[in-house]
Amino acid sequence: MAAAALSAAERRRPWLLLSPTLVTLSLLMIAPMIIMFAYSFYTTMGGGRDKPDFNLANWIEFFTDPYYHHFIWQTARVSAITTVLCALMGYPAAYSIAMTRFRHKWMLLLLLIVPFWISFIIRTLSWIHILGEQGAINATLKWLGIISDPLPMLYNEGSVILGMIHFLLPYMILNIYVSLEGIDRNLLSAARTLGCTAFQSFREVTLPLSLPGLGAGSLLCFVLAAGSYVTPAILGNPRDYFFGNLIYDATMTELNWPMGATLSMVLFILLGAIAAIYSRYMGLSRIYKGLSR
Amino acid sequence: MSDGAIGWRAINVASVLVYIFLFAPIMVTMLLSFNASQFGGFPMTGFSFHWFGVLMQNDIVLAAVRRSLILGSLTATISTVLGIFAATALVRYEFPGKEFVNTLMVAPVLIPETVLAVGLLLFIRWLHAPRTFIVLLMGHVMLSLPYVVLVVQARLLSIKRVYEEAALSLGANRIQTFLEITLPLLMPAVLAGILLAFTISFDNVTATLFWRPPGVETLPTQIYAMLRNSISPEINALGTFMIVITVGLPLIGGGLARYMARKQR
Repeated sequence: MAAAALSAAERRRPWLLLSPTLVTLSLLMIAPMIIMFAYSFYTTMGGGRDKPDFNLANWIEFFTDPYYHHFIWQTARVSAITTVLCALMGYPAAYSIAMTRFRHKWMLLLLLIVPFWISFIIRTLSWIHILGEQGAINATLKWLGIISDPLPMLYNEGSVILGMIHFLLPYMILNIYVSLEGIDRNLLSAARTLGCTAFQSFREVTLPLSLPGLGAGSLLCFVLAAGSYVTPAILGNPRDYFFGNLIYDATMTELNWPMGATLSMVLFILLGAIAAIYSRYMGLSRIYKGLSR
Repeated sequence: MSDGAIGWRAINVASVLVYIFLFAPIMVTMLLSFNASQFGGFPMTGFSFHWFGVLMQNDIVLAAVRRSLILGSLTATISTVLGIFAATALVRYEFPGKEFVNTLMVAPVLIPETVLAVGLLLFIRWLHAPRTFIVLLMGHVMLSLPYVVLVVQARLLSIKRVYEEAALSLGANRIQTFLEITLPLLMPAVLAGILLAFTISFDNVTATLFWRPPGVETLPTQIYAMLRNSISPEINALGTFMIVITVGLPLIGGGLARYMARKQR
């Protein structure tokens, strides 16, 4: 009898430990997501008022208005460009950190973590000092006498992409680095012994074995890019806005809560589908590993 | 020189360029914060600490700094305590539905922050509750919790259970065992979790713009608001100030820890 009681207490213990977190997540994430879904069927009355309803108007508006489709495509396209550029810039960097014989390798890794400690908004606005009319590039070109009027390099798609890469690149490099670091070096020696050139052994051994890290980094970059709105708001023209900016405007500026809810659900479903497809084939455990480092 | 050596050199050059790309804009911002000019950009007209002095007189900014420090500290405390509990349950116990709970814990990382932000905002509105500081605080706890859980979980996995079992068999109860054995061994992860949660809260702008109570600004949202008018030298000074705090302190702390560890040996 005593043993049975003890084991019941034992069985309750993990739930006791989990309960504060589960309550927090239920109240702050699960219930809000359900309410948000319900809100997407409400009717807006304008001026921040709405009516509890079951109405497909918001969804119909989303599916029929090309305005929204345009921004979905734009978000997908710019995020994809950002991700590809991150991969192209990140791979050589990760490779050189993983393969270096430099004694102070820890320093190179530390330098990749440091950006995470620097305020995101400061990192983003720092590009205004590089690309802006009074920025470093224009100031230098003017000083050299190459140009007399500043070049317009800010508030366009290019500056948004640069700002995105700047904040996403460390994620990409760290993910690729982790998988490169896990490769057994004997495989590379074996490939070379068997007659591979340096490039062949890279193409046949290193690259395939590092693909999981590249995949995890790419998923993370794409999802984080496509979900953002602050970078386009600071470094872009309203033409360059992301889908997230539409959500912000609908919710905070127009106070059209039902439409804000609908657009949020759309973003959630689209990015969730991408993550789900990825996890179906690759598993998500790698991403958690990358995040906990 | 062989092809491989040339390739290796090219890769290293590319890697140096990537580091320059990451740090040059930040360096330029820090440089400009010492500009004597009344404009935020180039050219540099002289070296001056003037804008740091102006910043220290700016009550709105100082209030935002104070608010962000309080918010970050509270977020770090709450999410670290919750995170230790949750990670202990997930690592030390077997129970039905564990896989699901595990996924749920990291879900806030995978859901776009904008979506979480709108969700909580609508929920608060649906409840007819006011948007208070508590809402903002608990929102930040939700955003930082997954990271704390992951960090503590990783460390807990590497702590052998035999230490805890030894304490238990010697008559310590569960709480004593946790406080005397597990927690000290867990300390590095706890500190890392605190630092991580603080940074996430102190830095957050995406969700905070949705959650902040009306008229209340945290440091990042204050900077965001200041950016609406052109970039001022004050913003640069503020940036340098923040970088010195958030990068300087951990580096000095880490350096000191290494130095002490070496001395002890």
